[in-house]
Amino acid sequence: MQNRVSAIAASMRHAAVAVAVTAAAAFAVPAIYAVAATPASKVDVDIAKFLFTSKEVTVAPGTTVVWTNRDETPHTVAASDKSFSSKGLDTNDKFEHTFANEGDFDYICTVHPFMTGVVHVHK
Amino acid sequence: MSTQDPDTPTLTRRQALKCLASWSGAAVVWTVAGGVPRALGATRGDTPMAASQAGALSFVQISDTHIGFRKDANPDVVGSLRRAIADIHALPETPAFVVHTGDVSHLSKPEEFGTARELLKEIRVDRVHTVPGEHDTIDDGATGYLKFFDHDGNGKSWYSFDQGGVHFVGLNNVLNFKLGTMASLGDDQLAWLKSDLAGVSNSTPVVVLAHIPLWTIWEPWGWGTADSAQAMALLRPFGSVTVLNGHIHQVLQKVEGNVALHTARSLAYPLPTPGQAGVGEPGPVTVSAGELGKLLGTRELRVVRGRADVALIDTPLDHSRPS
Repeated sequence: MQNRVSAIAASMRHAAVAVAVTAAAAFAVPAIYAVAATPASKVDVDIAKFLFTSKEVTVAPGTTVVWTNRDETPHTVAASDKSFSSKGLDTNDKFEHTFANEGDFDYICTVHPFMTGVVHVHK
Repeated sequence: MSTQDPDTPTLTRRQALKCLASWSGAAVVWTVAGGVPRALGATRGDTPMAASQAGALSFVQISDTHIGFRKDANPDVVGSLRRAIADIHALPETPAFVVHTGDVSHLSKPEEFGTARELLKEIRVDRVHTVPGEHDTIDDGATGYLKFFDHDGNGKSWYSFDQGGVHFVGLNNVLNFKLGTMASLGDDQLAWLKSDLAGVSNSTPVVVLAHIPLWTIWEPWGWGTADSAQAMALLRPFGSVTVLNGHIHQVLQKVEGNVALHTARSLAYPLPTPGQAGVGEPGPVTVSAGELGKLLGTRELRVVRGRADVALIDTPLDHSRPS
């Protein structure tokens, strides 16, 4: 009984700490700066109705772009310069690629090459 | 004539009729049996093809089986293929062989190819000739497909053979694309096609199998072959050319000189009509269970020696059997 009480007390303390940290982050750091400074940021691109939505995205180096196929038809994500290439993505399958370097990266769906998109990577 | 090419002026009615008359097989007669329409390719003189003719070669085209697909548009593609196989076995005359014009699988997975190959072996014919669709070449080009469907063992997804006095050519027009373009045959395959046809007399009927239509039906959806004009230039000198395509999951036809192009129904699911109003993409169309069998089907073809036209009958899975 005593052990359980102390465990609850410990978890409450932990929760209190977490709230404090979150509050500090929210108030101390401007939101826009926080996005640029976070190396592990992610950007989602849905594949729906035979389109990459968004067709163009602009991200900072180090950003991971995550594509998700929302169609019932398989699609792929393949860079023109061969720097990244997914396997066939069935419905709700995801593919992600982290863009380390600056540049403009054209890509297509190799199953439907009329589907095009581009990722602009800039500091 | 089935579609309008924005780059060419619209045909006048007189021109269209003249064009139709020059190739009688283009006149597709729709008959209704048991409430279900059946397309009957009219032969010269508008006589329907006889059940059996000496010197005729008959074969069957199936297409777009998409083995591995299990969405609402058709939760049982294996069942649909088995119905087609039963229809083939019920034909009054056993076909010489079956051709499958691509999208054998849905996701190019080895298990899908394996299942498809076993199912196709259930058809009681000597051979089933296939060409790859873009669903068969998703991860590694034609490599995975060829492990199951390398017909003549030369490691290529294009080939030719002669049977019943007819020269058959199977092509791969689902790869060789550039950013934002339609897929194409590519220079290697066009060079092969040129040398292959060089050994065939112009009076020999030629039947070409390719997954994507060899004419541009609707470019925004990739419903065409980027370098089809070069292939057509090689085929034009022949007296009788029949091009059999899949990909668009519906029956359309077009005639250019002696070349007749036909797309076939799928055995998996319907697709929209080309550029259909209110539909932005060529994705599976879900219809009620009672409608699906009217939109899927098989095609029987007959080539009669000494005649330029090829007769064809498109039969949906839902049909009344002739008694």
